[in-house]
Amino acid sequence: MELKFTLNEVPRVVEISADTLLLDLLRSMKCYSVKRGCETGNCGLCTVFVDERPVLSCSTLAARVEGRSVVTLEGLREEAEEYGAYIADEGAEQCGFCNPGLMMNAIALYRENPEATDDEIKEYLAGNLCRCSGYEGQLRGIRSYLEFKKGEVRHE
Amino acid sequence: MSKLSQKEYRVVTKPIRKLDAMQLVTGQAVYTDDVTPQDCLVVKLLRSPHAHALITDIDTEKAMAVPGAVAVYTYKDVPQERFTTAGQTYPEPSAYDRLLLDRRVRFVGDPVAIIAAETKEAAEMMLARVKVSYEVLPAVLDFHTAKDNELLVHPEDNWRSLCPVGADNRRNLVAHEEDSWGDLDKTFAQCSQIVEKTVHCKANNQAMMETFRTYCEIDTYGRLHVISSTQIIFHVRRIVSNALGIPKSKIRVTKPRIGGGFGAKQSVVAEIYPAFVTWKTKRPSKLVYTREECQIAASPRHEMEVHVKVGADAQGHIRAMDMYTLSNSGAYSEHGPTTVGLSGHKSISLYANQLQAYRFNYDVVYTNLQSAGAFRGYGAPQGIFAVESAVNELADRLGISPVAIREINMTREGNVIRSYYGETATSCALDRCLQRAKEKIGWDDTCLCTKVDDHTVRAKGMAIAMQGSGISNVDVGSATVRLTEDGGYALVIGAADMGTGCDTILAQMVAEMMECEMSDVTVYSADTDFSPYDSGSYASSTTYVTGKAVERACLELQEKICALGAGMLELPEEQVMFTADAVRSEDGSKAVSLTEIATKSMCGNTEALQVTATHSSPTSPPPYMVGMVELDIDIETGEAMVVNYVAVADCGTVINENLARIQLEGGIVQGIGMALYENVTYMKDGSIAENSLMEYKIPSRMDIGKLDVEFESSFEPSGPFGAKSIGELVIDTPVPAIAHAIYEATGVWLTELPFTPEKILEAVEQGGKYKNN
Ligand code: FES
Ligand code: FES
Repeated sequence: MELKFTLNEVPRVVEISADTLLLDLLRSMKCYSVKRGCETGNCGLCTVFVDERPVLSCSTLAARVEGRSVVTLEGLREEAEEYGAYIADEGAEQCGFCNPGLMMNAIALYRENPEATDDEIKEYLAGNLCRCSGYEGQLRGIRSYLEFKKGEVRHE
Repeated sequence: MSKLSQKEYRVVTKPIRKLDAMQLVTGQAVYTDDVTPQDCLVVKLLRSPHAHALITDIDTEKAMAVPGAVAVYTYKDVPQERFTTAGQTYPEPSAYDRLLLDRRVRFVGDPVAIIAAETKEAAEMMLARVKVSYEVLPAVLDFHTAKDNELLVHPEDNWRSLCPVGADNRRNLVAHEEDSWGDLDKTFAQCSQIVEKTVHCKANNQAMMETFRTYCEIDTYGRLHVISSTQIIFHVRRIVSNALGIPKSKIRVTKPRIGGGFGAKQSVVAEIYPAFVTWKTKRPSKLVYTREECQIAASPRHEMEVHVKVGADAQGHIRAMDMYTLSNSGAYSEHGPTTVGLSGHKSISLYANQLQAYRFNYDVVYTNLQSAGAFRGYGAPQGIFAVESAVNELADRLGISPVAIREINMTREGNVIRSYYGETATSCALDRCLQRAKEKIGWDDTCLCTKVDDHTVRAKGMAIAMQGSGISNVDVGSATVRLTEDGGYALVIGAADMGTGCDTILAQMVAEMMECEMSDVTVYSADTDFSPYDSGSYASSTTYVTGKAVERACLELQEKICALGAGMLELPEEQVMFTADAVRSEDGSKAVSLTEIATKSMCGNTEALQVTATHSSPTSPPPYMVGMVELDIDIETGEAMVVNYVAVADCGTVINENLARIQLEGGIVQGIGMALYENVTYMKDGSIAENSLMEYKIPSRMDIGKLDVEFESSFEPSGPFGAKSIGELVIDTPVPAIAHAIYEATGVWLTELPFTPEKILEAVEQGGKYKNN
């Protein structure tokens, strides 16, 4: 079947089957930031935005994004670089495999709640597993980014 | 502190951002499945539903009739020479007991057929259409009954053990050893307090976020090119050569970024299958493990039962230790003979200061269960759980503080550690780590358990730990350093950065040695065609062993650069010196820049400005650490939550504090998972219950309170810049520290992992401390 949607702000028309998962479609369209870590919706590695809301692309049928706007980390380069630098300064990117999914949700968190407390950060990102970092470094990085952004707002 | 340790470094010891950090955090395509074609053959494995069976018939016809089917290979199609998939230096201590596919299947999940198809859909359809008939055999499922059981896991005649590890396939023995020192019986007889304990550590899954994956293709010269997520490119080359029966020179192995390893990828779990497909079909192919495969047929931690007996005099001097470890290797021998050794050598050795005798015996057995592998800690966490629990209990019975008993007995700098191959503790800041940890957590013996509210108590517990730095006299680390055209340096290594940051750490060493900036150093790793030989990244070896090779390569390269520079300056070599960006005459009056030297080296030059150095260490100096936990226990539900974990580690000079800190934090969280929830349980038929991340719970960020970590460095004279290792040590303390806290809260020592709410609740009831609640 034919699927029309917007991927990283570019209108696309692709041929899919009824059971194609959004995750597989996106990787086949060279959005390699989207990763698979499980088959059970537990890891958060496959997180993308559909109409600006974070969803698990492993648990979303591609057909469901008909007419919608899908954004992957490839479409958020600048934001990812600015934000990610704070994670990198903690050495918390580690193996990096969980990072794209984490960054998607971290960006969503910032957009929704730029004043988030540590507990709110943890809760918001609870679905993003990481086996390497022990989470603390990620938290430090996110916290410093949010603080930096607060400063920016004050300066404006 | 040694004088050298006070030296101010310019690049080493600085918390520098990882060279690949921004690529990773912005989600660039750098991993195996991102950098290899998507339109290659899809490889899938048909796996055995039985724990032990003989294949009586395989009908592949229907599978081959699927549109897009390319091949189905069975045991009839593969070479009949056995090999091991353990990534170890040849001759491997692990027995040669595997075939690519065997007529006998030995665990639920053992591969039965290799399937290759044009698409994933076709491959999946083929999986369902291969018809296999089995003669189901009784299986060895309990590792207690495996040794000398009449049921044999490996009855075959061509089973081979290359090293004298005490293996015997006719007895289901993967390894057996007896080691002792001093007069054990006499020493125990003189002890006034003896604690005996048996702990049971279940298998744990590595659960690295990137599952196993390998892509293979035939290169321009007709050779097999294996691109894989592996920690051990050179061992992969040898093992694929053994498995396929083709020369090593016909194989090239490269690794892109690795999405987590922890030792999982120190076994050749996936590589051999697509390698076989590509070699046979001469077409590119790829195998990506599902999470389920990663849970049931990968390389988990060895299940071990450790029995320990610790004896002390009335003053608390620990005089004797006796340990017996029974380790479950599963269906194959991978890493079985070697992991078990650490259960004793890295635990008994924590108490060298007053020890007068020890014995350490072990058996490692075959069973019809998933074969184990190399998981961070490599046997040490299991042994340390036993010894640290026993020492905590000993202190309790003697009425001594758990801190004090360590102060009396723990290994100190200068101690000869008999149970650690007689090595001397050349660098050890365990005493300072203990002191610092105690301050940080506010350790007070009189109040190790307090009430938080009417159903929650908060208890403290502690443990100490050690690991090694590489495998002494075995591991080989190499580095090639060359002057680049623009006057910078290229570092080529065979070690594998699996997120740990070794590319950056080794580059820091180059920058330090060559007096340049980090931006002047480029790193390339790893490729068996171009990298100098390195045994790979495991056994906490990379910083310590490969780092030393980097240091030496840099020194030699400076000499070469000086020689060429002296010629250009028309001065004798003795009269020039290497400075950051140039070679100068001694009096500084004349100089030729590195860029000029690099340019000159490309014209009418006969001496390559490139040095490869190789290092191996006769010792494996242990890093040490102390872990202290504050644990909240709900006495009504049995739920436990780590609210604060203090850890202070001595890994020698910390080369990059950020990266070392993340290792420490990450390892502690894995250790907490091991202590509280991670479990591999076998069903009656030998299959694994926790076959997904839904069933197999790893810690999420909601499960962890505060982590409060710090370094207390010693200076290791044999290490690069005084460094030891950090990568594995970090997982060793949470289990015994949490067991200790549970005891303080309940009055009961838990001995079987994981400490689930049910077990904790039982302990609460059994301990009877809260009867009136
Ligand atoms: S891949 Fe694990 S949640 Fe989507
Ligand atoms: S950094 Fe490896 S899984 Fe998060």
